[in-house]
Amino acid sequence: MSNTNKTMELVCPAGNLPSLKIAVNNGADAVYMGFKDDTNARHFAGLNFNDKRAQEGIAYAHERGSKVFTAINTYPQPSGWQRWQDAVDHAAQLGVDALILADIGVMDYAAERWPDLRLHLSVQGSATSQESIEFFHKNFDIKRAVVPRVLSLKQIQAVTENSPVPIEVFGFGSLCVMVEGRCLLSSYVTGQSPNTFGACSPASAVQWKETDAGLETRLNEVLIDIHGKDESAGYPTLCKGRFNVNNNTYHALEEPTSLNTMALLPELQRAGVAAIKIEGRQRSPAYVEQVSKVWREALDSAQQDPENYQPKREWLEALDKVSEGSQTTLGAYHRPWQ
Amino acid sequence: MTASLNTKLSLGPIQYYWDRDTVFDFYKQVAESPIDIVYLGETVCSKRRLMRDEDWLEIAALLRQAGKEVVLSTLTLIEANSELRKLKSICKNEEYAIEANDMAAVNLLAGKQTFITGPAINIYNARTLNLFARQGVKRWVFPVELSRETLADILKQRPEAMETEVIVYGRLPLAFSARCFTARSHNLQKDDCQLSCIADPDGLLMKTRENDPFLVINGIQTQSAKSCNLITELEDMKEIGVDILRISPQSKSTAEIIKIFHDCLHGKKSIQDASNELDTLSPTGTCNGYWHGGAGMESVEQHLEKSRTGHL
Repeated sequence: MSNTNKTMELVCPAGNLPSLKIAVNNGADAVYMGFKDDTNARHFAGLNFNDKRAQEGIAYAHERGSKVFTAINTYPQPSGWQRWQDAVDHAAQLGVDALILADIGVMDYAAERWPDLRLHLSVQGSATSQESIEFFHKNFDIKRAVVPRVLSLKQIQAVTENSPVPIEVFGFGSLCVMVEGRCLLSSYVTGQSPNTFGACSPASAVQWKETDAGLETRLNEVLIDIHGKDESAGYPTLCKGRFNVNNNTYHALEEPTSLNTMALLPELQRAGVAAIKIEGRQRSPAYVEQVSKVWREALDSAQQDPENYQPKREWLEALDKVSEGSQTTLGAYHRPWQ
Repeated sequence: MTASLNTKLSLGPIQYYWDRDTVFDFYKQVAESPIDIVYLGETVCSKRRLMRDEDWLEIAALLRQAGKEVVLSTLTLIEANSELRKLKSICKNEEYAIEANDMAAVNLLAGKQTFITGPAINIYNARTLNLFARQGVKRWVFPVELSRETLADILKQRPEAMETEVIVYGRLPLAFSARCFTARSHNLQKDDCQLSCIADPDGLLMKTRENDPFLVINGIQTQSAKSCNLITELEDMKEIGVDILRISPQSKSTAEIIKIFHDCLHGKKSIQDASNELDTLSPTGTCNGYWHGGAGMESVEQHLEKSRTGHL
């Protein structure tokens, strides 16, 4: 479903209360947050919201005209089911504006128990086509779908045009090169994945070791990369390591880069995309401030004068500073990347 | 004591790109093997077109004639409209059951006919499985990253007549991407991939910088380098309610592997012998960590004596 008013909503990450406030103050139309457990896909130590903080954050956002979405976007197994059900009830009682869900069982529960609450399909729901989105629309009356970072611009345009509900796309932040919700690389190595645990390449499995060859980064003993003295070593997300294929050692899956679609804003707007999502609940309030501010300006500029829109140099510089590996890419939006 | 005779064996879809003659020869052997169920079709990349629809249907007929149950498998990552159209045409087939590997396929089949969900459909709990049962799913393949504990818990609330299938042997499908990693390894873009994956009948091995086999690149799919091997778990699987054991094809020795599992199910081979033989037939080692609730790549030693008597 194309968004007819051509104003794209800016959806910013809120890993904690200071980030939430900063995002709201810097022009986020909506913020998204999670609870302090494995019910959301940024299940990191020291991150996320307890009851009191969530209440305060929701009040703060609502007083200033911003919406709050709660991500409950991991996949419960029977032994943990109650936690997900409680998270849904809890978010509903707190008065959030929407739930971002992935698991079909959780969605079924939420739609039955809280029929008036808006449901969004998480990127972790792994829906890459209108046909797939239609399933969630038909069965659970979802109001929006966030699509995975594997679609090209042309494919985004086609999905947006044909989807029964408005589409949200990723604009900036860490780049998953695999289709979200169906990537098990992390659990293959560590036993914990975004689906089951809410984290990829979890910190508890990371080992750093200074050796003669350089700084080794390992994940549960598996060597992800070695960085020479002149190289900066990033976090060992396993799809961004260097590996050996046919006797060549290189970033066999992806370089350590961030996604940045700022150059495509007029096209996304024209396609009828309803919202741009900024990744990074695990990042600092300073990141949230920088990114929210720049994207607010960019979205306003693209909306006012799409024909002459161009990302300003200072915006791109500001984003490069906070990007993984200090590099950005259009990712799958740009066909040659694929 | 051996596993019950009514446990069935299935052969999953070929994950790799093989030429047409190789595929035909492969399924001629499969037709003569003691496999019960065969999944056919391209599930990884829509650019792999050496096998036409008519070819798959010809093989389907051959296998059916040999007494096999045939299921048509569908693409896992659906991006282009052309892929959706193709999916729709497969889902219209009423001759054979369909395996859905994406929610698009689920939507096309739900409420219209009974169908099967493949390993990439995320069924992680009983509420999801029960919802799918109401939509017409008659068999589900257990997602590969989940444990025996989780399966046993789900099966306690198993919908009536729902069949459960578990991947018991083969390199595990771990991820799907827009990017073709095989093309990337040859410095080619996906749009000009030259179908280079045809050179790797078991995928392209990706090693760590210490030369440990780690993952396997198979076009847009990433697999485990180690082959999952759950031969030691057959008895336990039967007890918790697994109906079908799935073997994933590899370029060599698939018929032997089928026979090993069949012989174990029929008490003609000891689990210990079978386990040793499977180790030698796996291209780069075996693993069973997911089943035991750990990292997928791990190998948990089994007490074979116990597993044979069903008290794991």
